Amino acid sequence: MTSVACHECDLLQVLPDLPVAGKATCCRCGCTLATRPADPIERPLALGLAALLVLVVANTTPLMGLSAVGRHASTTIIGGAYQMWHEGQEVTAVIVAFCAVIAPAGYLLFLLIVLFAVRRPPAPGWVGGMLRWAERTRPWAMTEVMMLGIMVALIKIADLAKVEAGIGMLAIGVLMLLFPAILSSVDTEELWARVAWHEPDPASDPVAERVFASNPMPDLEPDLQKADLDGRPESANSETPSGRSSS
Amino acid sequence: MTAAPLTAIKAGLLSCETCGLLSQPASAAEPGYCPRCGSELESRRHRSIERTWALVIAAAICYIPANILPVLGTTTLGSTEYDTIMGGVVFLFTSGSWPLALIVLIASVMVPLGKLVALSYLLITVQRGSIQGSRERTRLYRMVEFIGRWSMLDVFVDTFTVALVQLDPLMSVRPGAGVLFFAAVVVLTMIAASTFDPRLIWDAISDAGSEPAPLEENSPQQESNLG
Repeated sequence: MTSVACHECDLLQVLPDLPVAGKATCCRCGCTLATRPADPIERPLALGLAALLVLVVANTTPLMGLSAVGRHASTTIIGGAYQMWHEGQEVTAVIVAFCAVIAPAGYLLFLLIVLFAVRRPPAPGWVGGMLRWAERTRPWAMTEVMMLGIMVALIKIADLAKVEAGIGMLAIGVLMLLFPAILSSVDTEELWARVAWHEPDPASDPVAERVFASNPMPDLEPDLQKADLDGRPESANSETPSGRSSS
Repeated sequence: MTAAPLTAIKAGLLSCETCGLLSQPASAAEPGYCPRCGSELESRRHRSIERTWALVIAAAICYIPANILPVLGTTTLGSTEYDTIMGGVVFLFTSGSWPLALIVLIASVMVPLGKLVALSYLLITVQRGSIQGSRERTRLYRMVEFIGRWSMLDVFVDTFTVALVQLDPLMSVRPGAGVLFFAAVVVLTMIAASTFDPRLIWDAISDAGSEPAPLEENSPQQESNLG
């Protein structure tokens, strides 16, 4: 049993023991407080490695080609951003490159480093920094939006000339499926629980004047409401409270 | 539903924005750093309302040139034709793919506008200390956060159209100034959604005291069915 404050309405609650594939939601505002995926380390690691390979393919092979009156043109993702830059839209080119290439690649790399590092807990403190960066880049990784954008562009151009989809587009389609699968199989709380705590050590800390909040804190649990359990137990026997197996 | 709901801030606790750990701050004025992940702690996002207003206003200003200025210029055998975002929607509609026209219309015109209206509404109700419909307003915020990225659709469409249609001198497509403003609207509203602190929606209830409010009778004039 752990107590948490809902990050959307700040209500203090006690988390119930989650069954596998269960989810705890805030009893006041309904936001998701905790999830318990079946295999929170190995599964996202496998999916992430697959996504990394597909990402390399998606960024190196042509997305689509166009032929009209004996002339042929094709483009890659980064080629699109480069053409925007070339046409004087430098800022837009940077935004496109960031959302289409840098953020997805960054998120995957940070997450994979974290997942590899936490296989033997406790992972060193710098892993926490990596996890923070993964969480920061996540909202800017727009693979699925890009996929829809490519399809709309393809249909628009299809009226003017003959277009064909390339391998890159297929790869982005696969990535579009892999990203949500990774997101739903990662348990951020479980990852943080496996990272060593930031040690308030004035000798090695460059910011010696840092004041740390304290933990443990006053015991409030008897007074608190219980978070709602939105469990979808995979089998009947996992319905009994088994407790989180984390440390 | 009897006593005032106990929030972390009322109990003198803070939850870390980065790792979610609940801890007791070093002092109310200077909460210090999270003992687990070392991030700086703050009870509410720093100057949330001012920052979000600034970003929403900036995005609203960019929204006008984003819709007036052309996003694409198509040159066919010497003559150039300019297209705005609405022009692109009309083109898709008349060329027979109305489902795509609808998707682009929703993602590029309605979603950015809806986000600006929704964020302004959330900011105004928080500033007025409204205690009505907090759950619905939190849901609205969640929707704004989730849907924001989809407005980037048109930027990707324009980028890949420009990148592919380069068949000089037969036909070529160049980006217009509208793309930059449109991308700015999307980026600014995404940042605005992340600077807004949804916990402010609920703070009014804790401040109002004991009743958790849906049936509060002191403020009948705030009934939301006026529109």
